[in-house]
Amino acid sequence: MIQQKIREIARELLTKKEVDLIIGFGEGTLPLRTTPRFMRNAEKTDRLIWNSFCENNLAVYLPKFSRFKVGLVVKGCDARSAVALSLEKRFKADQLFLIGVPCQRMVDRRKVKRAVRGEILQAREEEGILYIKGDGFETKLNREDFLYSSCQVCIHRTPLQANVLVDDPVEEYPLTEIHPEISAFEKRSSEERWRFFEKETSRCIRCYACREACPMCYCAECFVDSSRPKWIEKGLNSSDLQFYHVVRAYHQTGRCSGCGACERACPMEIRLTYLTQKLNQEVKERFGFETGIDRDAPPPLATFEAEDKQEFIK
Amino acid sequence: MKFKLEKNDFPSFLQSLIDRYDLYAPVKLAEGVSIYKKIDHPDEVDLSILNPQKPAKDIFFPQSETMFRYEKVGKQNQMISMEEGKRDRILFGARACDIEAISIIEKVFVGEEYTDVYFLEKRNKTTIIGLGCNHPLSTCFCSSAGGDPFLRAGSDLFFIDLGEAYLVELLTEKGMAFHKNKFFRETDPKDLTLVKELEEKAFEKVGFSIPVDGIEKRLDLMVENPFWDKIHEKCIGCSVCTFLCPTCHCFDIVDETSKERGKRVRNWDSCLSALYSQETSGHNPRPSGRERMRQRLMHKFYYFPKNFHRIACVGCGRCILYCPVNFDIRQAIDLTSPKRIKKMKGEVI
Repeated sequence: MIQQKIREIARELLTKKEVDLIIGFGEGTLPLRTTPRFMRNAEKTDRLIWNSFCENNLAVYLPKFSRFKVGLVVKGCDARSAVALSLEKRFKADQLFLIGVPCQRMVDRRKVKRAVRGEILQAREEEGILYIKGDGFETKLNREDFLYSSCQVCIHRTPLQANVLVDDPVEEYPLTEIHPEISAFEKRSSEERWRFFEKETSRCIRCYACREACPMCYCAECFVDSSRPKWIEKGLNSSDLQFYHVVRAYHQTGRCSGCGACERACPMEIRLTYLTQKLNQEVKERFGFETGIDRDAPPPLATFEAEDKQEFIK
Repeated sequence: MKFKLEKNDFPSFLQSLIDRYDLYAPVKLAEGVSIYKKIDHPDEVDLSILNPQKPAKDIFFPQSETMFRYEKVGKQNQMISMEEGKRDRILFGARACDIEAISIIEKVFVGEEYTDVYFLEKRNKTTIIGLGCNHPLSTCFCSSAGGDPFLRAGSDLFFIDLGEAYLVELLTEKGMAFHKNKFFRETDPKDLTLVKELEEKAFEKVGFSIPVDGIEKRLDLMVENPFWDKIHEKCIGCSVCTFLCPTCHCFDIVDETSKERGKRVRNWDSCLSALYSQETSGHNPRPSGRERMRQRLMHKFYYFPKNFHRIACVGCGRCILYCPVNFDIRQAIDLTSPKRIKKMKGEVI
């Protein structure tokens, strides 16, 4: 069982002092949630859990622990972020022990909430079924119908970069890589696309949860926080909100693992991943590059090759 | 004074408010997302979400507010003050926790030493219509935090959803101004029994399980406790909890300028962001998440009660519901309880 294996590996790493701490998932306080857990005591590793609600990308904590040896519980996307971070020298690869979980793909708690009437008080999963108990109702849902959209199109569920895999690799699918959301978006007219972007960003409250939840957003000073020069105002003018979201997305080009942490973190449920996924698709087409797959390949926008397509130079 | 408002009459009642006032009420922005907003049409009001993401403080202390403008005239900068809306305002449909929170931030904005005219003007012009909480969420803990799901304090009028109708209580002078409203009907003794039942049910659901009592005394002894070393670890340092908190009231003042003109704007700020305490020299007195989380909790449960004799938390549960990493303030409070502190060595939360 995956959970048991994670606990055993964590216990061994801590006991043999191969790592200073394990960052994994623990029981959350809300149904359909787990919470990041920082484990230093080998005796307590049975508090680590694994289920379809381990939605956070724990690689976000790596820069904070850059002076420690860390054992990190990772899904496919999280492992790719960790590799990308080490390529960007935020972390030395040998300080990191990746406990890789071939990912069953995570359940979107908001989709589940929308599917029922009333507050969900308890949720548990067993063999692909979500058993939901709420205020005056009880229901069973098929787990596969409630996956995060970023998970639905994931083709790197097995963290092959991990130091150890807790289970056999999963069969990667769908192998067609066309993101349904992107293709739907692309089919719209530019006015419609703009309206969608405008409507989504208009809800932004500038809490920067999307930035803080993203492992790749580690700049010591984000462009929105810089006062000299001042790139952007701090209020809620729509042009500032749009500017923030465009730059945030663009800054991820060739660096985003598509984990969806930005969108999951947003309290206003702003759609964000259609932008980054589109950039990911573009980077793959142009440079044959996918974030965090190859431990040695530098991110395409941080390097150049003589064969790079240069049709944009006119 | 108590009346009844049939739900059939509710849209017309709202329209009558819109005709005479600027009406602010919960509005749905997307599935599962709402905020308090100025209403143009009764249909916009959406009471399906217990508490909109952004609390009602936004109506009195907006997230981004222009304080004044200035313009270059010759070689001088000329100040232009902002005109507040002329009409009186109504806040409709806020829950007891949000309304209690307005009284809490009022202690800061309207004090003996200084008065914030921006807040005060909005506050004075606003009639508050509270809405009883028939179905508090499992994340609600208002009763533990000094309130309750049907707390009337702070409301001028109070609505209770009876199913087919609302029970309407007029509570203050501002509220009494509505006593001749043409949509209000006489109440039935049955309605009052039903109110009692609804209240009891809600009280029972919310309970008193969060050990808030005496927390300031406990925190007084905890400034350098190892508790802070661990409790912040999972926090990613975004501003969800503070922005969505109905009592958090920190702001940052900036000038938005172009060559010829500019405006002074104040925006919500958050003690959980590193920039908040960053000094011009480059020094940051709260250099890590440890100090920042300590500030957040200390302000709510120690400094604020010390200054104003009430914790700065109303138990609305937004910080729990919307935290990206499931940091739960109830757990943090619980961990300060004497028996938990004693047991704690290293690993918390």
